Amino acid sequence: MTESSYPKVLNAGADAVMVCFSDRIEEAANERVTALQQQLLHSALPLTDMVPAYSTLMLYYDVTQLSEAALRQALEPMLQDVNDAPSAEGSLHTLDVYYGDDVGPDWQRVMDSHHLSKQELIEKHTAQPFRVFALGFAPGFGYMGILPEALVTPRLQRPREKIPAGSVAVAEQQTAVYPVDSPGGWNIIGRTATPLYQPEQGILSAFEVGDYVQFRAISRQQFIEQGGNPEALHD
Amino acid sequence: MIEVIEPGLYMTLQDFGRFGYLSKGLTRGGPADEHAFLWANKLVGNRFDAAQLEITLGGARIRFTEPTHFSVCGADAKLSLDEQPLNSWQSHSATAGQTLHIGQAQAGLRIYLAVAGGFQAERQWGSVATVAREKIGGIHQNGQPLGSGATLNTEKSTADIDRRVPWQYRPDYSKTPTLGLIPGNQYEQFPDTVREAFCYNDFTVDSSSNRMGVRLKGHSLSYQGKGIVSEGINIGSVQVPPNGEPIIMLCDRQTLGGYPKLGTISPLDVSRLAQCRPGDQVRFTRVTIEQVQQQLARYYRFFDVQLACQNA
Repeated sequence: MTESSYPKVLNAGADAVMVCFSDRIEEAANERVTALQQQLLHSALPLTDMVPAYSTLMLYYDVTQLSEAALRQALEPMLQDVNDAPSAEGSLHTLDVYYGDDVGPDWQRVMDSHHLSKQELIEKHTAQPFRVFALGFAPGFGYMGILPEALVTPRLQRPREKIPAGSVAVAEQQTAVYPVDSPGGWNIIGRTATPLYQPEQGILSAFEVGDYVQFRAISRQQFIEQGGNPEALHD
Repeated sequence: MIEVIEPGLYMTLQDFGRFGYLSKGLTRGGPADEHAFLWANKLVGNRFDAAQLEITLGGARIRFTEPTHFSVCGADAKLSLDEQPLNSWQSHSATAGQTLHIGQAQAGLRIYLAVAGGFQAERQWGSVATVAREKIGGIHQNGQPLGSGATLNTEKSTADIDRRVPWQYRPDYSKTPTLGLIPGNQYEQFPDTVREAFCYNDFTVDSSSNRMGVRLKGHSLSYQGKGIVSEGINIGSVQVPPNGEPIIMLCDRQTLGGYPKLGTISPLDVSRLAQCRPGDQVRFTRVTIEQVQQQLARYYRFFDVQLACQNA
């Protein structure tokens, strides 16, 4: 596939299309996704929902007002512009993380993959902010990246049935925080006391796609003072 | 008001679902079977999205504390109002104190109870739809199903109409359905053998199916393909994980998915699929986007479905 064939508009069901900017995880494609989403929010198209992901923007629309053929036609000129649109500046969030072995039982797996000390790896996880590429799977779950090679670790062979809320995880080129207790197959390396999904407070997510998250290492004592749950995670 | 005496296996409050929050990871929720839901509202003169009760497999008992106009659509079950038999897919009136009994479903899986005016509950993110996994929606805004003793307020309504659904629009849930597949952009990436196998075999609905998705067994569609970068995933999408057992997404699906997809089942057929029980058979046929969009637009206009737009 040549670069020039993107963006593509693909069918995604009876009432949706997928605008696809790339088939890889890359910031440039994700910036176009958010730029197009902003542009479409100000358009007159009858869109009922939009789902930004790594390199795709899924558009749900009202089929009583528009056919797929008509939508494709309306999108075409907009897609020509989006490549050149300046990328919107996302907010920067700081998340304090306690990287202890008790709450992060997969440190050994991450270290085994790369032969670096735990301290060196923590430094790599906190060295620069990561972009939020997508929100999904569960509300408040942000897919962040792109991880440096030293932290790239395959998913667990067998997912855990329950991972405590606040768990910080890595998988392949991505990192994320589990907003609620849930099953999952990512490698758990720490925990944050900051709540990310609080439906009773009307908060769905602490961050938006296009935002950046800077992780910051804190001690167990600080984590507990912040109201963190220090209960160990066992297999 | 109504009072739940027996909720049956699983009774939830559902309106047409939550729109505009997929980007935040919130799923749509709403009725698993939109077709039965839309008819139930139409029969009592409600807006298309008025909240109803979705009752899995029936076995429910409900007391009306005031005169109420109501309808029951969906899975086939014996209905009675104070021991007096009633027909489903039809509007009825109850007087104060009468009890509606919904028997065990004989065919189909989900039953919808609509009352004129709709059930009232506090909306969260624009909807009362109950999504257990997200802990939102329902009468207590926590995603919980209704239990015995639960009470629901109904909006005052002066509707007094006598309507029934014409026979040709009532599905026969005992027959094996043929579901229309709109081939998706990853369809061509599957080998011929898998594509043919999907449309030339019957599949069996697995017992692990739920409101998130229907898992199919009976014919493995295994292939040697790479995963895709996670992307938005529609209701009706046919995901094929590496084990070759297709999963068709329903209303509570996760918002993103990373398995390759054969395509999407027409929304009209997703309603029928949502009525399939574990062990039921389904089969597939290819349809075009043009066909499906024409049908869907006509169907939504008939039920006066007016979806809110994000940019409105």
